[in-house]
Amino acid sequence: MGMSTESQFHVLAVDDSIIDRKLIERLLKTSSYQVTTVDSGTKALEFLGLHEDDQSNPETPSVSPNNHQEVEVNLIITDYCMPGMTGYDLLRKIKESSSLRDIPVVIMSSENVPSRISRCLEEGAEEFFLKPVRLSDVNRLRPHMMKTKLKDPKQENEENKEESGKPESRSQEEKEEQQQHHHQQQLHHLPQQQHSNSNKRKALEEGLSPDRTRPRYSGLTTVV
Amino acid sequence: MVKNHMQRQFDMKRSLLDQGYLDEQFIQLEELEDDDNPNFVEEMVTTFYNNSARLLQNIEQALVSRPIDFTKLDNYMHRFKGSSSSIGATRVKKECTIFTEYCKKANAEGCIRTFLQVKQEHACLRRKLETYFQLGRQAAGPSANAGGQVG
Repeated sequence: MGMSTESQFHVLAVDDSIIDRKLIERLLKTSSYQVTTVDSGTKALEFLGLHEDDQSNPETPSVSPNNHQEVEVNLIITDYCMPGMTGYDLLRKIKESSSLRDIPVVIMSSENVPSRISRCLEEGAEEFFLKPVRLSDVNRLRPHMMKTKLKDPKQENEENKEESGKPESRSQEEKEEQQQHHHQQQLHHLPQQQHSNSNKRKALEEGLSPDRTRPRYSGLTTVV
Repeated sequence: MVKNHMQRQFDMKRSLLDQGYLDEQFIQLEELEDDDNPNFVEEMVTTFYNNSARLLQNIEQALVSRPIDFTKLDNYMHRFKGSSSSIGATRVKKECTIFTEYCKKANAEGCIRTFLQVKQEHACLRRKLETYFQLGRQAAGPSANAGGQVG
């Protein structure tokens, strides 16, 4: 699972049906997303680094980012009806986790039950897709991923009040060069990051005011 | 020769759609095929038949056990119906819906009767799709990947 292209979004798909996993994988890959599929909510949480009995306690070594492969998840798409942990249960656990709650979650279901749909949306799901899921549905995912992970330099410029308006990677390089040259100390004051797009995150925290309260790792979904 | 097979395959698909064996979902699957994934539809169908065999067996067993566990039945059928829907198997899906209605009313006889229809449609579609994919392979020419059989 290499991070070959930094600009690729990574989607975690959860479905107990092998057919539907195959389908969603093909749909997502067609849309140029990196995909990981799992067959249960429990496995999804494992992959996300969240353990059942541990709601992202910073003290616990097992959820330290350094112990886990650094795989970032930009969106979770899950089936509703699954044995054991339902998609709704999974959604709740994700939204209750301080490290995961900003990852957009989409629910899929073969049944059109209005109360189910509104319950999921109220709990924080971004979308609710009726199965079988189609390309037109998957095309709706990008804006949700863009919101929390600003990969598009243009969008980043619009929302980044600090930077000079150049593409993200260049401006960051320039800024770092400047800092190295003139203000060496400043580098150490930058928030501790594992990703190269630290400035984006900073800008996100400062500049934007999205619906939900942003925890410290706002924007980037660090998989621990 | 190749053109003839392609045309036959196309015609067969048209007919399967018109007769309600397949629906739009099947077309959607075909649209997901590309040079890197040229056999996606056949792979999906193969996976479906492999997977559904087990589900049908489970349903069969649940139907002969006494007393019948209708919740279990409903559960199995829900999954089977979902898979059928994902590959666009319309007639199969229809029978599943009828089955589910009987199941929710705990109507054993209705379930048993409908289940026969489910199996029949399931098998019938399999035969037709095998032919369909065979035509596709022939249309692609001798250099084409032989592929696998359906299920």
